[in-house]
Amino acid sequence: MESYQCFHCGDEFSEKQRIVFDQKSFCCVGCKTVYEIFKQSDLTSYYDIEKNPGATPQDTKGKFDFLDNEKIVDKLLEFNEEDVSIISLYIPHIHCSSCIWILENLHKLQSGIITSQVNFYQKKVRITFNPNHTSVKNIVLLLAKIGYEPYISLENYENKKSNVDRSLIYKIGVAFFCFGNIMLLSFPEYFEVQDFWLDKYKPFFRWLMFALAIPTFFYSGSVYHKAAYHSLKARTFDINIPMSLGLIVMFVRSTIDIIFDYGQGFFDSLASLIFFMLLGKLFQQKTYEFLSFERDFKSYFPIAVTKIHADKSESSASIYDLEKGDRLLIRNQELVPVDGILISDSTHIDYSFVTGEAIPIAKKSGDKIFAGGKQLGNLIEMEVLNSVSQSYLTQLWDNEVFDKKNKQSYTTLITRVSHYFTPTLLLIAFLGLGIWLPKDVNTAFNVFTAVLIIACPCALALSTPFTLGNIIRIFGKRKFYLKNTTVIEQMSKIDTIVFDKTGTITTNKKSTIWFEGNEISDEDIIGIKNLIHISNHPLSRKLYEYLPDVQKCDVVDFQEITGKGVQGIVNGKHYKVGSSSFIGATTPSNLQTNVYISIDGEFVGKYIFENKYREGISNLFERLNQNYELKILSGDNEGEQKKLEAILPANTEMVFNQKPEQKLQFIKQLQDKGKNVMMIGDGLNDAGALAQSNVGVSISEDVNIFSPACDGILDASQFNKIENFLKLSKKAMKTIKMSFGLSIMYNIVGLTFALMGKLSPLVAAVIMPLSTATIIGFVTVVSNYYARKIK
Amino acid sequence: MSVIYILISISIVVAVIFLFAFFRAVKTGQYDDDYTPSVRILFDDELKKTETKEKKKLKTKSDKIN
Repeated sequence: MESYQCFHCGDEFSEKQRIVFDQKSFCCVGCKTVYEIFKQSDLTSYYDIEKNPGATPQDTKGKFDFLDNEKIVDKLLEFNEEDVSIISLYIPHIHCSSCIWILENLHKLQSGIITSQVNFYQKKVRITFNPNHTSVKNIVLLLAKIGYEPYISLENYENKKSNVDRSLIYKIGVAFFCFGNIMLLSFPEYFEVQDFWLDKYKPFFRWLMFALAIPTFFYSGSVYHKAAYHSLKARTFDINIPMSLGLIVMFVRSTIDIIFDYGQGFFDSLASLIFFMLLGKLFQQKTYEFLSFERDFKSYFPIAVTKIHADKSESSASIYDLEKGDRLLIRNQELVPVDGILISDSTHIDYSFVTGEAIPIAKKSGDKIFAGGKQLGNLIEMEVLNSVSQSYLTQLWDNEVFDKKNKQSYTTLITRVSHYFTPTLLLIAFLGLGIWLPKDVNTAFNVFTAVLIIACPCALALSTPFTLGNIIRIFGKRKFYLKNTTVIEQMSKIDTIVFDKTGTITTNKKSTIWFEGNEISDEDIIGIKNLIHISNHPLSRKLYEYLPDVQKCDVVDFQEITGKGVQGIVNGKHYKVGSSSFIGATTPSNLQTNVYISIDGEFVGKYIFENKYREGISNLFERLNQNYELKILSGDNEGEQKKLEAILPANTEMVFNQKPEQKLQFIKQLQDKGKNVMMIGDGLNDAGALAQSNVGVSISEDVNIFSPACDGILDASQFNKIENFLKLSKKAMKTIKMSFGLSIMYNIVGLTFALMGKLSPLVAAVIMPLSTATIIGFVTVVSNYYARKIK
Repeated sequence: MSVIYILISISIVVAVIFLFAFFRAVKTGQYDDDYTPSVRILFDDELKKTETKEKKKLKTKSDKIN
């Protein structure tokens, strides 16, 4: 069968599903409708910028009704005045230039919208509109209609914009400004030429340099002074102390030099030092704006639910306003927002994200249902037991391990080195002072200050941010996003890796389904699909999605027998879909989930559902096993144990039936034994374990939905590369150690000059930028080299 | 040569003005998003719109003549 590609969304489809409009093929009515909307408003350039940029619009019936509630809308708006309101919406589908183009042309699609601006990295669009001509709900519905449905969660509801910290940029701006000008102003004196004019204007130039150095030293340099002060208070010798000391000595010595006319001072080296160091800090701070590592469970929760009043009327209420005894209406695929009791007859709840159980749980009237589960089935009614803050999920979150995570400070390599650096430095300085004191007091102080100036910890302090910053960038390009640079160092020390099972080593996407048996005619597929459409069983739904679109037919004599299957008559034929005993087949049962089909009493075949394990997992585990201890933790039962034992190396420990708290304890026990643990998980149920482990990595198929409290996010497609990332982190530390060696060499050269009393400003101005530039260049080149080698 | 006092002073003042302009720009969030503007300048729809308007005008004119 020939396959076509949808002009709008790029999905492939067969001749049967093809819809032709305006000489283009579409995979479904939804895509064609979006095209029509664009064509009408003259926006077809959307398709010119990128190929197949669209997404099929999803059904939004009732989903955004809570936007009718004025209180809720008020909290979402950024700005709200008479004629102008502004709202920022997060739209996960933003992924290309076409998206930017169409979203900035929204005003052509709806008259009330004045203007809109996209922030690509954050995947947000900021819409300015006239609240008298349109409403937030209309805008959201419009966006959903064209395939750009926004994702509104509880987090947006409470999010009061935290002020972006730009102080570092200001400081760098000042530092660079002063650096450049001081350098220029100090040029004349470098050449030590005896010139009348030079001598006449010398004071002017010098005092100007002094004036420019003041903001640099006090404002831009404050970063280091404050850090050094805190470090002293905490009695640790970190790298900021020699930095700050060096800066202070430079400033004081230079000021004395120009007052007493000893020389032109070291203001140029001072400014350049501060500038490069701040640049290193900035480089290290590079974060991924479109991912927020600060998320908590609130970003998975809806803002509002439909409340049913005593008089059977419905309204939407914010979930914070829910009280015990309230009745709620939960639709298919919606999240259960609070703990409660099921009032309707039956339903299935998918708790995979919360507890890790892969199979949805059947619930009947009177059963307790917990917050965080996804409802699968038709509309249900439930009664509230606990408010949001008292629900099981929030309790899970209040575990103290999440607070501890933020305060954990690791002794990094650089901290350990700087422990020795400062005392050694002071020792050498006093040594120099002692040697020269008997000979010449002036030179003695000269040497003392020179040693403190030149023994630049800058090279030491620079190698770490630049190497790690570069590695973080490289990781990010390879779809492994880390929270900050200390994670890399932690990664290099790992010796044990713990994997979650559901969703981590299995793929979360629909289980793969295939058919085994006699070929089924198209007519029969129509029959089967219409039959299972009525059933709410999760397997029926999965099978329904898997089968191609067919025309609707009536089903006569429909019967659903819980736990067995469904049967009915479609177009005169009698269909039975269900378990093997229901059908009457006697095929041997194996560990897979099967759905059997019989037509007019005759067994024709079965659909096999398989929980697919990620590709390449055996290979990966083999390789990892050579250097690391491997473990599997699962919230599921031991059903899959045999299968896992077949694909994983022999000494992999496997633990099943783990509740979230037990997972956390497991990791803690390993750590108490002295192991450095890396945990790879995906759901909210892993959050505690991820926070507890030394490095917590969250795997996600869709980078917008991931487990919070993690140190890094790995795109599911890169799962096999875990070993490479670990190797690269080790090489990164090696690079840093090599650059330490290089910087020590520079220090030796510089100290030689200093101890001999020959450290003129010119020499300092040459050595310091030179060492800085070569160290930065070295670490960048070497880390890129390793990155390319470990593909 | 004493004019050098004035020259350097003025150039420093001008440079400081630019520095403040930089601060203003950073403060109003101009540099917060440094990727999207690079894509945005490559869009040229406004020009196209006037082009189609022109074409429409020509079309209606030629229709009137015919």
